Amino acid sequence: MTANPITSRRASFSFSIASVCLLVGIVALGALFIAANAADPMMGAHAWIFFFLTTTGLLFTGFWAGTLKDRNPFEPAFYEDTIVKFGVAAAMFWGIAGFLVGLIIALQLTFPGVFYFPELGWTNFGRLRPLHTSAVIFAFGGNVLIATSFYVVQRTCRTRLAGGMWPWFVFWGFNLFIVIAGTGYLLGVTQSKEYAEPEWYADLWLTIVWVAYLIVFLGTLWKRKEPHIYVANWFYLSFIVTIAMLHIVNNLAVPVNLTGSKSYQLFAGVQDALTQWWYGHNAVGFFLTTGFLAIMYYFIPKRVNRPVYSYRLSIVHFWSLIFIYIWAGPHHLHYTALPQWAQTLGMVFSIMLWMPSWGGMINGVMTLSGAWDKLRTDPVVRMMIVALAFYGMSTFEGPLMSVRAVNSLSHYTEWGIAHVHSGSMGWVGFISFGALYCLTPWLWKRKALYSKALVEWHFWIATIGILFYIVAMYVAGITEGFMWRAYNEFGFLEYAFIETVKAKHIMYMIRALGGALYLTGALLMAYNLVRTALGHGEARDDEATPASLPVQSPTLQPAE
Amino acid sequence: MTDHKPDVDEHSGTETTGHTGDGIQELNTPLPRWWLFIFFATIVWAVIYMVLMPAIPALPGTGMTNTLGTRGYSDRALVAQELSALNAERSAGASALVSASLSEIENDLSLQQFALAMGESAFGDNCATCHGAGGRGAKGYPMLADDIWLWDGTLDGIETTLLHGIRHTEDPDTRQSAMPAFGRDGLLSDKEIEDLVQYVLSLSGGSKDAAAISRAAPIFAQQCAICHGATGTGNRQIGAPNLTDAEWLYGGEVRDISLTIHNARNSHMPAWQGRLDEATIKALAVYVHSLGGGEK
Amino acid sequence: MSLFNRHATLERHSLLLTVGILVVVAIGGLVEIAPLFYLENTIEKVQGMRPYTPLELKGRNIYIREGCYVCHSQMVRPLRDEVERYGHYSLAAESMYDHPFQWGSKRTGPDLARVGGKFSDSWQLDHLMDPRSVVPDSIMPPYAFLAKKTLKFEGIEDDLKTQRLIGVPYTDDMIANAKSDLIAQASPNADYDAEDALVARYEAASGRKGTLRISDYDQNPAEITEMDALIAYLQMTGTLVDFSTYEAGDLNNRR
Ligand code: HEC
Ligand code: HEC
Ligand code: HEC
Ligand code: HEM
Ligand code: HEM
Ligand SMILES: [Ca+2]
Ligand SMILES: [Ca+2]
Ligand SMILES: [Cu+2]
Repeated sequence: MTANPITSRRASFSFSIASVCLLVGIVALGALFIAANAADPMMGAHAWIFFFLTTTGLLFTGFWAGTLKDRNPFEPAFYEDTIVKFGVAAAMFWGIAGFLVGLIIALQLTFPGVFYFPELGWTNFGRLRPLHTSAVIFAFGGNVLIATSFYVVQRTCRTRLAGGMWPWFVFWGFNLFIVIAGTGYLLGVTQSKEYAEPEWYADLWLTIVWVAYLIVFLGTLWKRKEPHIYVANWFYLSFIVTIAMLHIVNNLAVPVNLTGSKSYQLFAGVQDALTQWWYGHNAVGFFLTTGFLAIMYYFIPKRVNRPVYSYRLSIVHFWSLIFIYIWAGPHHLHYTALPQWAQTLGMVFSIMLWMPSWGGMINGVMTLSGAWDKLRTDPVVRMMIVALAFYGMSTFEGPLMSVRAVNSLSHYTEWGIAHVHSGSMGWVGFISFGALYCLTPWLWKRKALYSKALVEWHFWIATIGILFYIVAMYVAGITEGFMWRAYNEFGFLEYAFIETVKAKHIMYMIRALGGALYLTGALLMAYNLVRTALGHGEARDDEATPASLPVQSPTLQPAE
Repeated sequence: MTDHKPDVDEHSGTETTGHTGDGIQELNTPLPRWWLFIFFATIVWAVIYMVLMPAIPALPGTGMTNTLGTRGYSDRALVAQELSALNAERSAGASALVSASLSEIENDLSLQQFALAMGESAFGDNCATCHGAGGRGAKGYPMLADDIWLWDGTLDGIETTLLHGIRHTEDPDTRQSAMPAFGRDGLLSDKEIEDLVQYVLSLSGGSKDAAAISRAAPIFAQQCAICHGATGTGNRQIGAPNLTDAEWLYGGEVRDISLTIHNARNSHMPAWQGRLDEATIKALAVYVHSLGGGEK
Repeated sequence: MSLFNRHATLERHSLLLTVGILVVVAIGGLVEIAPLFYLENTIEKVQGMRPYTPLELKGRNIYIREGCYVCHSQMVRPLRDEVERYGHYSLAAESMYDHPFQWGSKRTGPDLARVGGKFSDSWQLDHLMDPRSVVPDSIMPPYAFLAKKTLKFEGIEDDLKTQRLIGVPYTDDMIANAKSDLIAQASPNADYDAEDALVARYEAASGRKGTLRISDYDQNPAEITEMDALIAYLQMTGTLVDFSTYEAGDLNNRR
């Protein structure tokens, strides 16, 4: 093994570039072929988007690789941080887009006469709602997860991301998937499986991207320079592995035509329903929970500079959480035609899920012991702790809603929507905002955020927004739930369905207001982050980077 | 690459594990007792619940299904029970409805009250979708709260309408009639239809176009009078509306009327026999009859 | 404490950790989903179920495309008020040919599992064109554009073939005549032989009469539009199973 260091290095980084380009090139060719033979216009549009974006990617890569000469762009002595910066920007962009669409659909339900356009089918609620859910969960949440996981795994393993060019493939590939998914909803391309709506070809593409993600992540763990894999990485790993499993099984479908967008689900009826909610519930469990708990396990201790509260709790709640979560899917199918035995399993496992879920909250909140004052002084910490409070709330509420008697009232109503948004706006949203507020100064090497006051504003506006949203939806949900089952004194149903729709109008208005506040907060945040990256205001730094901040430093120092 | 030495955290006095990730340490705090206790409690509860309820699927090839639970619980059995209990509770009223004639119902105060409650409840989800809340009607769907009747506004007439529907082809006893599509089927020219519109409007005082009216009069007499009557007052035998009352089922604009004559509407009301039970239909008849325009 | 020490092995071997995670997360799904494919009592024994006709299938695909499922469930639960409001609770058998299922998870609008035949075609048309013209307080979006879009069905045989591949009992006959069946169902009085053949084919599959309706659903005889297909689908939902022969009390059906 005495090869010339320059050429061997050249060969190793060229290999990853070449292999990515080869794969993307093959996909581009396939897309071109499909574009030329598309069986329907939607597939045509998507094939062209694929072709155009993949070839653009190839061209860029080609030009960039040409400028490299013998410089290794994946220098192992440094962390790969540029990709994290891209992830932060993408998350912010998609977050705002997703909240905006959320606000639009909230307004559609409130003022149908104003926000519907009879001739513009693509603006209808039915098409925009999946756009909202995918934009906030996958585009916003997904980019936060990719960005933070890449950041965290490098720091906690003290090594550069594995795979050279492949992490970039993961990032761009995932965002290409989002573009395909989002445009698909508007064009009416959907499998109708909630949170898995994209059609078979987008699913296939995501599978490739996800496998690459898993390998990059594992590869980085392999070459770690710390003996132990840090707890945040267990959570990231379980998120990546499990989502791969769920995604593949739930999306098993047979395309009608290899050049057409339409496919039929492999399973039907009951089997399809349980597969879907096995997936759907665990999209919550492994995308919105373990992924974001991983963020919590790094960013909270790091930010407050305290040890994690309990290593033992980490272990027990990690394994019990992931084991039990998988079973809870049938709680989405209570009282349906799903056989009762499966509903029982879904219910009891949901109840047993309560404490494993709270383990994460305890570990996060108690990490602050010894630094409680930070709650007052640092709005970013406060945001993350409030996120944990919402997490605790929705993981208490979830088991409650899984009790069949409760579910018979809450299912199908706005109560579910309230639950979803306390989990997603409160927990997922706030923990992500916290992470983005931490990352931006760290990545762009600023001594602080542009404006702490703006963070305070963001915190309060968004918190009030969430409260408006969820309180309104609890009231609406419980009202309609009781109205649906109300009997009058003669023993007949008291209300017609349409009366329950009418009864929710004011609550819908309050919800929309809450959404508008939440969106406003996110806009403040985007402004703050951009100014921070530019080094304005409190982020201005005339001297050298303070030593306390992580630096893009050589990573090869051994762990003492 | 060895572990760090376990250390003691100053603030809490707890040992750390000695691992670090990017400088983050972990305390070796034991599991919170209350946490562990509740966790075990939920597990115990789960086991008990699984014994009580259907819970565990059999392995393939055993020919068995799943454990049925000691409670013998079944949603489907339960709802059947609840419904029959509810029906028993209502049965005094309902069976009285079934055995009484419609006019008897209307004349017996308590029966009538019961019928109205039952009818109102059924009306909301089944009828109001077309006939509007409280029977106020919508374009193309007659108002039921006025005293204008296309077919029959008596109690029995309404019940017949409900049982068999109107132009509900799947029911042989449905109320049947069909106005011809004069324009679409080429029976009349566009010009003639234009004149007829003026004529129809004039019947309720809505048009003064004397020339058109006189041109259309013979056509009306020849083509329309068989159904709508020589003076346009309609024929309830075949559901042909009165054209002289300025009340329009399909709208009174020139466009609406011309469309009616051109294409004919012949709209359809579903039959409710089979979908709703006998008592409910009777109750609905009484309810609709009570809305304001019921006839003797 | 020894357990916690042993955990270190997992923390030191990423592959072991990965495999451990995979095993732990695979169990629940296997135990819950696999039995649904082999347990006898998963799907009730009923009479009347048949595959969708080509027109209904197209309509169903439009229902999916437009995202009606985000507001409408198709699953009447065995609860007293639901059975009274919507009709007999839904059976597993009723969605056994549904690839994918459409049970829904939110009722912004009413359940549609049994809406078939409840209203007239023209009401469905009026309502889809402009929901607030018939139901003033409705918050449902308008779908007027469907009435202008000609239904495209060149590849309908491929749809049926794909469905057959995944277990829907379409016969060769149904596949060969898919186009003429589709046209016949939306064009009353145009070709009586084609209508009779369509009815015979699908009633034979369902084993009972009256499970197939022919109508110009969108009241536009000039063409077959997406509106025709969607209304055809809505008008058949929940109408297939013969509840007069259904043994609700049978232990296997009670579950
Ligand atoms: C799909 C829409 C629809 C529904 C649902 C519906 N109707 Fe009707 N109904 C109509 C139409 C259309 C007519 C007028 C038919 C005609 O042109 O003669 C009508 C006519 C009637 C008439 C006759 C009125 C007259 O002037 O003679 C009565 C009574 C009536 N409906 C009662 C009811 C009741 C009670 C219900 C609920 C059980 C109901 N309808 C449900 C559409 C509907
Ligand atoms: C075979 C019987 C028949 C003949 C002939 C007939 N009609 Fe009608 N007409 C009806 C029926 C039945 C209705 C109600 C249709 C419905 O409810 O959908 C109706 C409805 C109408 C209406 C709608 C009334 C409203 O309230 O909106 C108009 C206007 C009308 N007819 C005009 C005419 C004219 C003009 C002619 C002659 C050119 C004519 N009809 C011939 C049976 C007939
Ligand atoms: C924004 C939510 C929303 C969407 C999307 C939606 N609907 Fe509705 N739908 C409603 C509401 C609310 C009602 C009750 C008020 C009414 O009758 O309009 C309703 C009522 C209905 C009814 C009458 C059911 C009954 O029993 O009264 C039918 C049929 C229907 N919708 C079909 C559809 C179809 C088909 C689609 C998709 C092409 C669709 N809906 C999309 C909200 C929605
Ligand atoms: C212990 C943890 C949890 C349990 C047991 C649980 C339970 C439930 C139940 C029973 C429902 C079904 C409502 C219905 O349709 O009747 C539900 C819906 C949902 N929950 Fe949770 N929940 C938990 C935590 C969370 C968290 C933390 C989030 C968000 C981050 C979340 C997001 C959702 C979403 C998105 C849905 C809606 C699914 C849909 O119908 O589309 N859940 N949850
Ligand atoms: C500006 C903020 C937001 C607004 C105004 C908003 C609004 C809405 C509305 C109106 C719906 C449809 C509810 C219905 O069908 O009745 C919805 C659904 C949903 N939203 Fe949001 N939302 C917002 C933020 C978020 C965020 C941050 C997330 C996740 C990270 C999220 C996740 C979801 C999910 C998962 C659903 C589907 C729920 C279900 O199927 O049960 N939303 N949202
Ligand atoms: Ca999919
Ligand atoms: Ca047509
Ligand atoms: Cu769930």
